[in-house]
Amino acid sequence: MSEEQKQNGARPEEGEAKAPEQQADGQPQAAETPQPAADQQQPGVEPKHAEAQQSAGEAKQSAPQPAAEPSQPAASQPAAAQEKRPLTDEEKEARRQAALAARAAKLAAQGGAAAGASAGAAAGARAAAGGAAAAGGEGAAAEPPKPSPNQPKLDRAVQLLKELVAEDAVEEATLNPFNDDMPTLVIRGEHWLKAAEVLRDHKEFGFRFLRNVAGVDYETHMEVVYHLLNMDSGDTYCVKVRTNRDNPSVPSVTPLWSTANWQEREIYDLLGIAFPGHPDLRRIMLPEDWVGHPLRKDYVPLDPEV
Amino acid sequence: MIRTEELLLNVGPQHPSTHGVLRVVVKLDGEVITHVEPVIGYLHRGTEKLAESLNYTQIIPYTDRMDYVSAMTNNYVLCYAVEKMMGIEVPERAQFLRLIVMELQRIASHLVWWGTYLLDVGALSPFLFAFNDRERILQLFNELCGARLTYNYMRVGGVKWDAPEGWIDKVKAFVKDMKGRLDEYHNLVSGNEIFLARVKGIGAYDAETAIQYGLTGANLRCTGVKWDLRKNEPYCIYDRFDFDIPVGKNGDCYDRYYVRTEEIRQSLRILEQALEQFPPEGETMGKVPRAIRPPAGEVYVRIESPRGEIGCYIVSKGKAEPYRLKFRRPSFVNLQILPKLLVGESMTNLVTILGGIDIVLGEVDC
Repeated sequence: MSEEQKQNGARPEEGEAKAPEQQADGQPQAAETPQPAADQQQPGVEPKHAEAQQSAGEAKQSAPQPAAEPSQPAASQPAAAQEKRPLTDEEKEARRQAALAARAAKLAAQGGAAAGASAGAAAGARAAAGGAAAAGGEGAAAEPPKPSPNQPKLDRAVQLLKELVAEDAVEEATLNPFNDDMPTLVIRGEHWLKAAEVLRDHKEFGFRFLRNVAGVDYETHMEVVYHLLNMDSGDTYCVKVRTNRDNPSVPSVTPLWSTANWQEREIYDLLGIAFPGHPDLRRIMLPEDWVGHPLRKDYVPLDPEV
Repeated sequence: MIRTEELLLNVGPQHPSTHGVLRVVVKLDGEVITHVEPVIGYLHRGTEKLAESLNYTQIIPYTDRMDYVSAMTNNYVLCYAVEKMMGIEVPERAQFLRLIVMELQRIASHLVWWGTYLLDVGALSPFLFAFNDRERILQLFNELCGARLTYNYMRVGGVKWDAPEGWIDKVKAFVKDMKGRLDEYHNLVSGNEIFLARVKGIGAYDAETAIQYGLTGANLRCTGVKWDLRKNEPYCIYDRFDFDIPVGKNGDCYDRYYVRTEEIRQSLRILEQALEQFPPEGETMGKVPRAIRPPAGEVYVRIESPRGEIGCYIVSKGKAEPYRLKFRRPSFVNLQILPKLLVGESMTNLVTILGGIDIVLGEVDC
């Protein structure tokens, strides 16, 4: 039985909780379709009709009987004699169990949809956990919900940076649940240059490869995001440096990694973040006389026609 | 006494050897280059800014237009990032289709490079050979998704179109033919003395420099660094297939040529295995919610495009549009090393070295 069919099969069971409404609904249905035999080949549909028939019968007697058997669709050929037979305790228990299971599955699926994840219950749970961790990361250094193999790495990184750079060098340290628990560090701008040197040269880090530099305008502040790679161990860390929005400035790492040169220029061009220490900080994509920085959230084009 | 003067020469942006709208301002002392200033941005369309007001499915066609010689890998990196954030499972058949088109695309991209590079160094006919074979790949793509260059083929959760009847057999036939063609290519060009004189020992750098400049792809592997994201950080289903990472030794233009041509052979190997294991039936789209809204958070994914590491950094606020979308474009990063390689070289080597880096301006300018 596929998941869909299970849910269809479970629907009459769920109706149990609000039995009066269901029965009231069921009555005209049963009246409109007096011969459910035509649909009997479809196992998912069959219990519904059985229920409708039954509830029609029940309504006449005005006795609140539970609905029909979805767990045995093949066996329950709706015969009038069987319908009135009171259920045994075993059957009731089995039905209760089935209903509980169906309800749990449906709730899990709904939870997944709300979190913006796929219908799968596992995916939903994962996304919810991720959202919680990300939300926790906004405050002080938060622990992820469950220990990850990268947790010791992150702790060690924080410890080393505190020892070698400054006690307050690390603002935040989190694991990114969406990115295979990538260790993510937020470094204070005034300590960034020294921290970058440690990250590149210390033998426990060894991030000789700077894979990506990105700038983000968060409206309250700006952030420069570096993705570092150690090619020997395969470790990838994400390091961020925050800066204010009015006069954004982050020390340039071009002297450490030449690859940062154009990437910093691009961020300067499109977001307006200055990189003191950069050898040649000019616009790179846009012409020199361009006004404003387009990737800023409050950017207004000078000429709306363009 | 002969009076000498410094000559300022403007190469591009409308010059065939710059492979697009790249402008290089060079200062020359006689024939020797003394200063180089690459000028880019002529093709800047603000893809990242545009993406902030589009939903994820709408961004996919924009990725086609970044690296337009390798649109499939660009499609993939965006879909992969969103799938990673949302925890979407991609069905088996879609994974195979993705892998097959990405490897075909790698071959097509390397063929474009091979043809135009030899054109750069003065050999005309290889260009015709390469474009002939590439045409077959474009025909296959056309049959699959109705486009020859900007495919818009992948979707978050799978691929848009299933392989039509008989398509897999056509790919098999192509792979078989292409292996023979590759040997022909080597016979035709690889041992040619004039060609070797133009590329051997030209534009050489060591592994340390490559890493310092953040080079990836063949530009890194030509120095002997065995780093290929298909092996080192496997994505899609690359971990199921057996293939080698070709590396060079001297880091010169010849080694880059060698690495790229060998990569075609390795891609054919992957394709052979993938076509053999291709599932005869199955879904091409996974279970995807109607509105694609990755949860608040961020992700950086990277894959091996024909030009190197293409990365996608998404910051999501839980909306249908990304809050910030940044592409790490290998052409843009790789091009930075150009001034370093050119200073001191003779002017004739400018096109050889520039061509060896293998850039696509749509991606440089984004």
